[in-house]
Amino acid sequence: MRGSIAVGAVFVGVLASHASARYGFGRQATPREIAGWDIDVSPDGSGLPAGRGSVREGAAIYAEKCAACHGGKGDGGPMDQLAGGFGTIFDAKPHKTVGSFWPYATTLFDFVRRAMPLDAPQSLTPDQVYAVSAYVLFLNRIVPEDAVLDATTLPKIEMPNRAGFTSEYGPATGAPKP
Amino acid sequence: MTGQDPKGEGLAASSRSLRQSPEPGSVTRRRLFAGSALLAAGGAVAVIGPSPAGAEADTNLPPDIPEWQIRPGREVMSPPYGLPSRYEGEVVRRPRAGGAPSPTRLAAVSTTPLQNLVGITTPNGLHYERHHAGVPDIDPEQHRLMVHGLVERPLIFTMADLTRYPSVSRIYFLECSGNSQTWGEPKSELTAQDTHGLLSCCEWTGVPLAIVLDDAGVRPEAKWILAEGADAAAMTRSIPIEKALDDALLAYAQNGERLRPEQGYPLRLFLPGYEGNASVKWLRRLKLGTAPFETREETSKYTMVMPDHTIRQFNFAMEAKSVITFPSGGHRLSAPGFYEISGLGWSGSGRIKRIEVSTDGGRSWQNAALQEPILPKCLTRFRFPWQWDGGPATLASRATDETGYVQPSHEALLKERDARSYYHNNAVQSWHVASGGAVTNAG
Ligand code: HEC
Repeated sequence: MRGSIAVGAVFVGVLASHASARYGFGRQATPREIAGWDIDVSPDGSGLPAGRGSVREGAAIYAEKCAACHGGKGDGGPMDQLAGGFGTIFDAKPHKTVGSFWPYATTLFDFVRRAMPLDAPQSLTPDQVYAVSAYVLFLNRIVPEDAVLDATTLPKIEMPNRAGFTSEYGPATGAPKP
Repeated sequence: MTGQDPKGEGLAASSRSLRQSPEPGSVTRRRLFAGSALLAAGGAVAVIGPSPAGAEADTNLPPDIPEWQIRPGREVMSPPYGLPSRYEGEVVRRPRAGGAPSPTRLAAVSTTPLQNLVGITTPNGLHYERHHAGVPDIDPEQHRLMVHGLVERPLIFTMADLTRYPSVSRIYFLECSGNSQTWGEPKSELTAQDTHGLLSCCEWTGVPLAIVLDDAGVRPEAKWILAEGADAAAMTRSIPIEKALDDALLAYAQNGERLRPEQGYPLRLFLPGYEGNASVKWLRRLKLGTAPFETREETSKYTMVMPDHTIRQFNFAMEAKSVITFPSGGHRLSAPGFYEISGLGWSGSGRIKRIEVSTDGGRSWQNAALQEPILPKCLTRFRFPWQWDGGPATLASRATDETGYVQPSHEALLKERDARSYYHNNAVQSWHVASGGAVTNAG
């Protein structure tokens, strides 16, 4: 492939910006294309869109779009429990919820934006994702009833179990790191 | 009858007893046909299916001429994409018995019928599944892979672009980190499919991720990569850059054909030896960053609660493990005599070095024969000759990999961590053979 100069020459014009690339396949992604797909949100808040949403707005969205699967108060059933379970994570049967377990509130925004509701993912507006995230955090007693979340306030939320996690990786049980 | 036999209980062993019997006629044909598709010991596959023709089937045996010999069979290409014999209908993926059933089949698992397979290859249609929002129906012409973040050149690739790169084919296992939920009291009715079926092994073909990343130009600050799927869950995992530059593949083919939709068609990440969830299917985006991206799959799921109350977020490599697949839960040995114990060993850290088998509940161990090829991060088939005296026996296998790591017993694993850690249960698996020949899960 590398030695395929004739093939490479055909693409010289197109690939001018790939001067140091070894193969030069693919093309430059445009900022607009990237913006459309770049939906992840990091703990420092990077990736959070403009917009805002309150607990109160979130309650209405939750009742309409989430409660059927996650229970009226996030108490679960039929799908994952989203709230409660405080203090159970070291019990024999831990209840891992957003409030009892998740280390970052930004993860909630990220996940709801990309994957929920299960039957209509990526259908919520940024305002709706902020609002429903605020409501789930309220159900977990992490934000007060009058909370409003946006790109500034969401990353500042301290999750109760934040210190429990280690991102160190390697084997859990004696096997050497590959 | 056998059509409703979910455990594959009529067994290969019945055909074996037939073959070994000094008087074949002493085992009735009716009994033979009551068996479902099975594996015989000895590595050969004895296909014993339900008889479609009922009593008439008897006329297919010597000295009569079988009915399939007295007229031509099907034409070529019927169907164009070949399917297993209709007598193999029991060899299918199944939900995992023994745990809480998933409330939705969109976010659920299905398991590989290990107790029915031989060798190391998982047929594509039997590869285990774990989807988070169903299987998308992706037009490969319209599929794109975007590589951006901490790179010199953010790039977009078509499938045609990606398949122009130099390719490699390698045989690797894939195991879900939630395989083997066997922490508690053993449920005797479980099969190897239930206990270990979130495990498959295929030849994967694709372009080494390192080559594509090199074209994009990795910035020195880049330490982690977010991999994102094009499914309705837009599944995401954070991948350490060392793995991406080591043996990671952008895979587009599986066992010689394009990926199955359930395995990420048209493109998946494949991270050899890592827990299955990290090999993101339907891959649409790779974003390079400085830190883990803290996705939902790194919070309530795929993390391990340890006895010291730390929660381990990243548990990538699957530890050395093995399981006897014949005889295993649901099988029945029909008569004392010779059986070949056979099973699989694997390690996310490299090659299998040794598999030991115990037929006395772990009191004594002997080396099994390893079938070549013995490849890194790949299933290795082992075999062990056994004379069953007809009495109760407990069979178990234990793997050692090339790093010297030895698969732990349940007790040893439980000393290090317990069911709260949930994932990465690689404890020794035992099967109990009762004096009547019934084989059940002994945990
Ligand atoms: C049709 C059913 C359904 C609806 C409606 C639904 N969800 Fe879900 N949700 C699920 C399923 C199923 C999962 C688990 C997915 C998986 O296994 O990856 C889940 C997972 C989650 C999780 C992660 C739970 C955890 O502990 O990991 C959150 C948070 C969540 N949903 C929030 C929401 C919100 C907010 C809404 C409303 C906007 C919503 N869901 C609507 C089915 C649903």
